[in-house]
Amino acid sequence: MKYFYYPGCSLEGTAQEYDASTRALMGALGVELLEIEDWTCCGASAGEAVSYLLSMVLPARNLALAEKSGIEADMLVPCSACYLNLKKVEDHTGRGDHLLDRINEALAQEGLTYAKGIRPRHLLDILAKDVGQGRVSGKVKRRLEGIRVAPYYGCQALRPYEEFDDPQLPTSMEPLIEALGAEVHPWEMGAKCCGAGLMTTKKPVALNRVGELLAAAKGADCIVTVCPMCQMNLESFQGKVSRSAGEDLGLSVLYLPQLIGLALGLSEQDLKLNLNFAYSKTLQQKINLK
Amino acid sequence: MKDTAEHGAHADPLSAVRKELEACMQCGTCTGSCANSSAMDFTPRQLWRMVQLGLKDEIFNSKTFWLCSSCYYCTLRCPRGLKLTEAMGALKRLAVAEGRLPEKKSALFYRTFLDNVRRYGRVREMDMMTRYFFSLKNPVTPLGFAPLGVKLMVKGKISAQMPNLFGAGKMDAIYRKVEELEAKA
Repeated sequence: MKYFYYPGCSLEGTAQEYDASTRALMGALGVELLEIEDWTCCGASAGEAVSYLLSMVLPARNLALAEKSGIEADMLVPCSACYLNLKKVEDHTGRGDHLLDRINEALAQEGLTYAKGIRPRHLLDILAKDVGQGRVSGKVKRRLEGIRVAPYYGCQALRPYEEFDDPQLPTSMEPLIEALGAEVHPWEMGAKCCGAGLMTTKKPVALNRVGELLAAAKGADCIVTVCPMCQMNLESFQGKVSRSAGEDLGLSVLYLPQLIGLALGLSEQDLKLNLNFAYSKTLQQKINLK
Repeated sequence: MKDTAEHGAHADPLSAVRKELEACMQCGTCTGSCANSSAMDFTPRQLWRMVQLGLKDEIFNSKTFWLCSSCYYCTLRCPRGLKLTEAMGALKRLAVAEGRLPEKKSALFYRTFLDNVRRYGRVREMDMMTRYFFSLKNPVTPLGFAPLGVKLMVKGKISAQMPNLFGAGKMDAIYRKVEELEAKA
């Protein structure tokens, strides 16, 4: 199994542990990742708010770089916002209106062409569909029995493009969590919004979203995420959210590849768990006793 | 459909969004599905009606579309299949293009972000947030982020890199071409 790898900007900074754990996990699973050379930002949610054409050209540049290599492989994308932007180019260039020509006129400035030849896929899609429960369970070295995990999918891996899961009541993480010996926290908040970029521009509104999620996850040992924005929102403001709720809503929040990695026997250093803001001693001890 | 996505430099800047929303029957599924509607001054359903009626002042004085966090629930559930999240995005672009910005913070943030990408190709989070806070010309907002900033620094997740103040931007050529193509459209 071989994929192009598009980490995206967050994974170089605030989400380094997502990058490290994704690479470490894929290595352990025997999946080869080819990082796109000279990749650049996908435009995030800013592109759409400022210039439509730019919001298409920025992700297209990365797909064009992958095409230029001549290698045939899908593109693995761990960040849901990057994933959505890359999918959008694929979708919107199919709507007609010469968008593809205009994108290519801009890309010609760097001698690049986008020919719709590469399929961007979310990390979760690849873990759930290509790698699968069987391959993961075969590699488990310490079973996470008794650990209850709330799977949090967020929005943009699921909507608007229904590629690999139900967009309202997703379940693709459940077989993976069960493969580790852990149990799934039953909740219906897995596909609800975390507030996303509003945490920067409209903080009180986003804090409410985070509060609702943390409250619904009570009873679980941790939440697992598949998006740097979800992770950041859920792990960074727990004190503030708890104070305004008048109850302790603190809860461990791990990236999915970190949790799977632990069960596969990868070290905390390899998974950069020291960088998480919410990884409780209690959970750490529970896992280390396995 | 194509027009909704394009930002229109037409006589009526709203015409493209209006066209997309012609079929809205005011059922309110979008409002019922919206995570942030309670914080909006007009619900999404009300906003679409305002668009249908062309109430430009009311629309651009509203904060509603700036509160859209692009969760795509409304788009998923709209019984008419309207591209509502894209329409929210189109209104953000129009507000910026028209200089109608009661919500300056959001627009400044997006612009600072894209300038950062033009300069470096990738976002340098520390550089970007510093520039954003300076552009706000308001010393209070950054304070709300100071605890997070400190936490991130301690973990070594953000670092101060030498800013590129004068050199050519990595993405200048592409940005210039995009500007040229958009001016033509």
